[in-house]
Amino acid sequence: MTYITKPKLAHPGLARNELGYTRRYYEGAVSTLCAGCGHDSISAGIIQAFFELNIEPHRVAKLSGIGCSSKTPTYFLGSSHGLNSVHGRMPSVLTGANLANRDLIYIGVSGDGDSASIGLGQFAHCLRRGVNMLYVVENNGVYGLTKGQFSATADKGSKSKRGVVNRDSNIDMVGLALQLGATFVARSFSGDKAQLVPLLKAAIEHQGAAFIDVISPCVAFNNHAGSTKSYDYVREHNEALNRLDFIPRRQPITADYEAGTVEDIVQHDGSVVRLRKIAKDYDPHDRIQATNFLQARAAQGEIVTGLIYIDPDAEDLHSNLNTVDLPLNALGEDELCPGSSVLEKINADLR
Amino acid sequence: MDRTDIGDPDYFHKVVDCQWACPAHTPVPEYIRLVAAGRYADAYMINWRSNVFPGILGRTCDRPCEPACRRGRVEEEPVAICRLKRVAADFKGDIRKRLPEPARKKNGKRIACIGAGPASLTVARDLAPLGYEVVVFDGEDRAGGMIRSQIPKFRLPERVIDEEVGYILELGVDFRGGSWVNSLKDVLAEDYDAIFVGTGAPRGRDLDVPGRVEAGKNIHIGIDWLSSVSFGHIEEIGKRVIVLGGGNTAMDCCRSSRRLGGDEVKVVVRSGFDEMKASPWEKEDAAHENIPILNYLVPKEFNHEDGKLVGMTFEKVAAHYDDNGKRSLVATGEPDEYIPCDDVLVAVGQENSFPWIERDIGLDFDDWGMPKVDKATFQSTLPNVFFGGDAAFGPENIIWAVAHGHDAAISIDKFCHAEDISVRPPPRIDFSSQKMGIHEWSYDNDISNDLRYKVPLKDLRNALASIKVEVELGYDQNLAVAEAERCLNCDIQTVFDHNLCIECDACEDICPTDCINFTENGDEADLRSRLHAPSEDLSQDIYISAPLKTARIMAKDEDMCLHCGLCAERCPTGAWDMQKFLLDEEHAGPKCREPKKRAKAA
Repeated sequence: MTYITKPKLAHPGLARNELGYTRRYYEGAVSTLCAGCGHDSISAGIIQAFFELNIEPHRVAKLSGIGCSSKTPTYFLGSSHGLNSVHGRMPSVLTGANLANRDLIYIGVSGDGDSASIGLGQFAHCLRRGVNMLYVVENNGVYGLTKGQFSATADKGSKSKRGVVNRDSNIDMVGLALQLGATFVARSFSGDKAQLVPLLKAAIEHQGAAFIDVISPCVAFNNHAGSTKSYDYVREHNEALNRLDFIPRRQPITADYEAGTVEDIVQHDGSVVRLRKIAKDYDPHDRIQATNFLQARAAQGEIVTGLIYIDPDAEDLHSNLNTVDLPLNALGEDELCPGSSVLEKINADLR
Repeated sequence: MDRTDIGDPDYFHKVVDCQWACPAHTPVPEYIRLVAAGRYADAYMINWRSNVFPGILGRTCDRPCEPACRRGRVEEEPVAICRLKRVAADFKGDIRKRLPEPARKKNGKRIACIGAGPASLTVARDLAPLGYEVVVFDGEDRAGGMIRSQIPKFRLPERVIDEEVGYILELGVDFRGGSWVNSLKDVLAEDYDAIFVGTGAPRGRDLDVPGRVEAGKNIHIGIDWLSSVSFGHIEEIGKRVIVLGGGNTAMDCCRSSRRLGGDEVKVVVRSGFDEMKASPWEKEDAAHENIPILNYLVPKEFNHEDGKLVGMTFEKVAAHYDDNGKRSLVATGEPDEYIPCDDVLVAVGQENSFPWIERDIGLDFDDWGMPKVDKATFQSTLPNVFFGGDAAFGPENIIWAVAHGHDAAISIDKFCHAEDISVRPPPRIDFSSQKMGIHEWSYDNDISNDLRYKVPLKDLRNALASIKVEVELGYDQNLAVAEAERCLNCDIQTVFDHNLCIECDACEDICPTDCINFTENGDEADLRSRLHAPSEDLSQDIYISAPLKTARIMAKDEDMCLHCGLCAERCPTGAWDMQKFLLDEEHAGPKCREPKKRAKAA
């Protein structure tokens, strides 16, 4: 952490978005995480994504559980809504918030401890139900706040800072998310914002459960030789499937690419996810192929990054449950309390 | 782009914009930190070493440092560098023990300085402690030159001049006041080892329009009038005064007139307000004393009745710009403007004048009547005659005169030791890491959000009552600390070690002014176009690292860096360090000479 607050003075030529805000407006408090933490890079990516999407911070709700990663919502979008919930319980708190107010944009930030250990069940059900949210796991494979024990996502055979080898199998969050029915699944790396920011933007605009597993090196406890989540290891083993350009709706599509190397995926809201393919035969629309591909590459020690799966026509929890179109706080007394005759009718239906 | 060579003294020197802009290269942030720490005497001595006249310059400097100040780029106004210098002088206490002592042993070399202004006095200060016998000639009884004769006492009290000029004369300098030099030939005949000419630009330009002769009694040349006021020969002026000219001399004339009985003082300028040569703050000071500045009026005639000046007629003009952006003043055709007045002060520029230098002694002049002087060594075509200050290249200001004096003193010192004077000594440089703990630095890296503090002034009625009452009160110690805190410490450099960088982007993310980039290398134009924040000021360098592990480079645009040290605080590996870069120009003395000769002499 730093002892001074970030100076208010900014570059006078800083770009402004359509709302007239600079990127600085999307910042939060100064991070109290260790210097060099990958999580801070992810926060910076989130700041950049919301800035570029021209989203007003007050339209966003950010929720988290407990852990290093779960501290980070304090460090971005200082003018948005949000709270730290109970350890591993971010998904259910977010689900509740989303049901109550569907107009907000939801981002849930969690870590490998919060989502793969104590909150694994919550993680599963939230994706399974298709809650319209961006679920970010800041994955460093280690329990940083308790001094560096292996977490559930630490690879079998990887070494701790003290030289201990991990004997347990690891949980692959991306594999789980694919199986559980998430409609946007991606993996990225905190040290590669050029890849991360467009993924975040596409996921924020995705109208369904979007999951991004971001490998985020822990500089204090998991950035040594023998770690599989260090800056060096991830850079050496990064197998990028594709690069993304996210084009919000209404914006003209201009760039030219060689035929066959680019695929434009139109999302529900009209925005376009443009994939610049690196792995030529990879089809991000096929959940089964994605699962197989991932496992095959993992067996070779490669870390697959990029957009792994997308269902552009996803449906979310609200459409599944056929809820009212308005957030609950926008409903008037007449809608909320339609009177005894309606109650009579409901009761009659149940007899 | 090529990797930045931070070993080149100029690289980090340029980052310290104020010091780079200062002709004498005063280590500004260093003394501002000392002011903030209440160490006024230390702050004063840093100034004294570099610019010789801290108390005088702290009131009168043309402040080339302030327009250069980075604070003025990231915020509205620069740090009040000049007035913080005055604070150091005001609160320093007795510093006499810190001054060099007169040389115990003379080195047998004799130097003549002609004119006792800032340039000559600087030469004297640099050379006298080394054992030179320095003789300073001046037509006036007291030393100081234009500092004493031209600058009104309400801006610069006499005691400040006496003190700082005294520090120099007490070094064993032989000052010969009241001895006007009429002939350089005569001085040359006296067999000095070197002669320094620091006679300034003593002739005020006149204005030749009808009525000049007839009404001459009430028309005065600005700089002559100012010196008459300074020396007490003039104590009053008419009620209605017109000051012609838009430079700092005009501002001094009009403000002096206000204190000598001028109730209706107007400044009339040919050009527009923004093109005036006067410093913005001097125009503000005039405005504060209720002196209107009338622009785009060209003098046409001095009107007189019965041999007495009654007013002036001006032609109204407008600025027109041709396709090349060249301005011309074109008459608008409106009726002329008549302004009644009792006195006119002509402050339309000043010129050099060397009637006392014979043209047959081997000292060459150019077509404009200026001596041919080398820009780096200040040597004339007579090898033992050197020039400096306004006498060298025309009217400038005190701080330039001081800088010339230092350089000329180096030349004279080397010349007297039979060395090649074109070989100039490198500056002294000292790097020191400011790291004290994990996130602790030995400088205050928290950035103040305060706007520039105004210097308290004497209330207008009392200020205008006497020409001798100093109008600026100066910052008190609390204001000085608050203003000093605005300094961004640009000499605390961000030093990057590419071998330690793990490319975690922490510095890039935290940088409040988006200076830092990790990106692919390219040529300068390409790279500048790809940086996070616009990089349009090409005079500000980009710090380029060697390639990193991912083959990217670190590129830092120095332009808006706040030197807050957050990059170094957020760096997990210490790849960034905050290091103080202290640069001191070398002055005349053994260290400016060639090492071999130095060893021999020892």
